[in-house]
Amino acid sequence: MAAPRAFLRLGAREWNGRARAIHGPREPVTPDSNQKRRTLLQFLSDHFHDVQALREYLLQKQASRVNWKNRSFPNIQQKYGPDVTGALFILKQGGAVKFQDKEWIRPNERGRFPTEFLTFREVPVEAVDASGCAINYQGMSNLLPLKELRSLSLQRCPNVDDWCLSRLYLLANSLQELSLAGCPQVSERGLACLHHLQNLRRLDISDLPAVSHPGLTQILVEEMLPHCEVFGTDWTRGPKLEAERPPRDTPSPVCP
Amino acid sequence: MFRRVLRLGLTPGRPNRGLRTRRGGFILDWDAKVSDFKKKIECMLPGKQWGMPYDTSYLPPKQSDVVIIGGGILGLSVAFWLKKMESSRGAIRVLVVEQDHTFFFSQYSRASSTGPSVGGIWQQFSVPENVQLSLFSINFLRNINEYLAVVDAPLVDLQFNPSGCLLLASEKNAATLESNVKMQRQEGAKVCLISPEQLQNKFPWINIEGVALASYGMEDEGWFDAWSLFQGLRRKVQSMGVLLYQGEVTRFITSSRQMETTSGEQVVLRRIHEVQVKMNNSLEYQPVECAVVINAAGAWSGQVAELAGIGKGLPGTLQGTKLPVEPRKRYVHLWHCPQGPGLETPLVADINGVYFRREGLGSNYLGGCSPTEEEEPDPTNLEVDHDFFQNKVWPHLVQRVPSFKTLKVQSNWAGYYDYNTFDQNGVVGPHPLVVNMYFATGFSGHGLQHAPGIGRAVAEMVLEGQFKTIDMSPFLFNRFYLGEKLQEYNIL
Repeated sequence: MAAPRAFLRLGAREWNGRARAIHGPREPVTPDSNQKRRTLLQFLSDHFHDVQALREYLLQKQASRVNWKNRSFPNIQQKYGPDVTGALFILKQGGAVKFQDKEWIRPNERGRFPTEFLTFREVPVEAVDASGCAINYQGMSNLLPLKELRSLSLQRCPNVDDWCLSRLYLLANSLQELSLAGCPQVSERGLACLHHLQNLRRLDISDLPAVSHPGLTQILVEEMLPHCEVFGTDWTRGPKLEAERPPRDTPSPVCP
Repeated sequence: MFRRVLRLGLTPGRPNRGLRTRRGGFILDWDAKVSDFKKKIECMLPGKQWGMPYDTSYLPPKQSDVVIIGGGILGLSVAFWLKKMESSRGAIRVLVVEQDHTFFFSQYSRASSTGPSVGGIWQQFSVPENVQLSLFSINFLRNINEYLAVVDAPLVDLQFNPSGCLLLASEKNAATLESNVKMQRQEGAKVCLISPEQLQNKFPWINIEGVALASYGMEDEGWFDAWSLFQGLRRKVQSMGVLLYQGEVTRFITSSRQMETTSGEQVVLRRIHEVQVKMNNSLEYQPVECAVVINAAGAWSGQVAELAGIGKGLPGTLQGTKLPVEPRKRYVHLWHCPQGPGLETPLVADINGVYFRREGLGSNYLGGCSPTEEEEPDPTNLEVDHDFFQNKVWPHLVQRVPSFKTLKVQSNWAGYYDYNTFDQNGVVGPHPLVVNMYFATGFSGHGLQHAPGIGRAVAEMVLEGQFKTIDMSPFLFNRFYLGEKLQEYNIL
C-alpha cells in the first residue's frame, strides 16, 4: 500500500532535483541559510508540507500557552477588587505575595496556596515576588492596578522584556524596590524607561545577558536615577571571591 | 488501490493537499508548467521558429494574481497581509517587484526609504485614523514574533527603545496640541500634557524658553530598527510563498471602456492587464499578466501612476488629477556629544521641525530637520549638504539643548520621503478610474511606522472590497480631485 505512494514521492523529488540543476537555486542567499548542519526535523520540514505545518502549529501552541497563563480575570476583579485579583494571578503562576501587615503567601510544591486572602477587603498588596514566573506584557495588566505596591521582584522571568518595563511607570508613586536580575530579554533600552520611577530606592540589574555593556549601562542608570541604589555588575572590583564581598546594608523591610 | 494512488499523485489542482512534497511536486503551478513544456516541444519541431530553451529563472513569472510594485516596507506589509488573510493556503499568487537589486541584502542602498529611516513610532497625530494606525502598528511590533514566526528562523529582534516621544509647542500652537492630545487619549494612546516647569524637572538638560506646552508619550512610543523589521517581514513573506523579483516596471498594458455614471456623465474606465517588468542593465522584459496592481513604489509612485495613465487628461477633471507623490530628499545626521542628555531622552520634536533621539549607549544622537518649501534640497541625487546642518539644524539644537554646543558630527546620510505635495498624508485604496490599481504610498515620512496598519487596510480593500478594521476612507484618491485636504499638524 505504502510502496506506490513512496515511489511517487521519490519520483517527484528526482524530477525536482534535475529541474533544480537546470534552473539553479531560486531563493536569494541569506545569512540564515548558511548553516551546514540541519537536523532531521528541519530536513523533513523542508521537504514535506505536513511536517512544516505541524511544526508551525506546535510553535503557535507554545505561544498560546504563555498567553493563557497571562490571561486576565474580569469576574474576580469585579467581585473581589484589583488587589486580590493581582494576588491570585501571581499565586497561580507560582510567585509569592505579601499583603500589608500580613505574612508572605506562597504556593507549596504542588502549586496549592491558602485562599484566606480572598476575604481581605481593602488590604493593599505591598510586595510581589514573581521570580521565575511566566509573566509577560499581557500579564502585567493584572499587576498595574496595585497602587500601593512597594517591592516587585521579576528575577529570572523568561518573558519579561523591554515592553513590560515600559509599563512600570504606572507604579511610579509607590514602587521602591525593583529586581530584574537574570531576565534574559531585558536590555538597556528597557532600562531607559525606568526613569519614571522616581521613588525607587533599590534597583537590581545584575546578570542581564541581553545588556551589551553592563558597566556603562549601570553608570547611565545611576545618573538617570540619582536617589536610587543600583546593584549591577561589580565592576569596581577584580575577580570576585565569595569571602571578600562586603555584607549587604540594611535589608529593606519587605524583602522575603 | 491503483485508482486511489492515481488520485493521490497525479490529479493536479486538488483543493486539499494530502501528502505532497514541498519543492515542486506534481501540483505546483501545473498548468503553467504544462504550457511551458508544450511551447518548448513546439519550438523543437521541424518547421517552427528555433527558440533554444534557456534558463529564465531570473525573470518573474508570466502570471500573478497580484503584482506589488515596490519591495520596501509598505510593499512587503501588503504582501504579508494578503497572504495572511487569503481564504485558503496558496489561494493568491503575489509577486513583489523591486527596482533596486542591492536592496534585498544591503540596508545602505537608497532606492527605498526603509533603509535610511530613523525608525521612530509615535501616536501623536492630529488625524484620528493616523493614531489608530500607530496603535495597531505598535501592537504588531510588540507581538512581532507571533506574526512573523518562521520555523527554524531566528526571532526578530526589533531593538525597540520604549523611550517615548516629546512634542514641544509654542504659544500659538498650544491650543491645537491640547485638542490633539485629547483626541489621542480618546483613541487610547497614552499621551499626557506637561507644563514647562514639569518639563524642566523631568528633563533638566532642556531649555524651556519659548515652550508653552509639551505632550509626552508615556508608553507605546519610541524607535526601533527598521532594517530588522524589514528582514523579518521578507523572511516571513518568502515562507508564505510570495515571489520577490528584481525589475523595473516600464509599461502597463491596459484596456479602456466608456461607461456612463448614474448622472449621465461619460467616464473612461481603465483596467490593467499586464505589467511589463524590465530587467536591470538589459532591454529584456517580462510581461506579467495580473489581476490587481498595488502601487507601493514610495518616492517613485508618481512615475508609476503616470505609466498607468493617471493624470493624463485636462487639468481639473478626475481624468487629469495626477498622483501628487514625489521624492523629497531628507538628511539624517549622527553626532556625538559626551555631555548630552542622558539615557532617559525621548524622541524630541522641537517647535520648528528639528528632531533628535539617542542612538545606543555611547552618547550618540540622531536627528534632522524638515526643510521649508523654499529650502527643499534637490532630489535628483542623494548628496548630503553639510551646510544644512550647520545653518539650519545646529542653531535650533543648541537653543533647545545647551549641552549640544560641543557636539561633533560623526556622519550624515540622505534618504527620500515619498512626499505627498497635496497634504502630506498617505494615499490608500483604489483609483476611481483605473479600477485595478490600489495605492499604498505618499505617507511623507510616516510610512514605516504605519506599515502594518496600511498593509492590512489595503489587503482588506483588495480581498473584501471595503475597509474593515480601520476606516481609511479619508485617505482615498478622490480627495485630490475634490480638493479636501487631510492636514496633519506636525510632520517630522
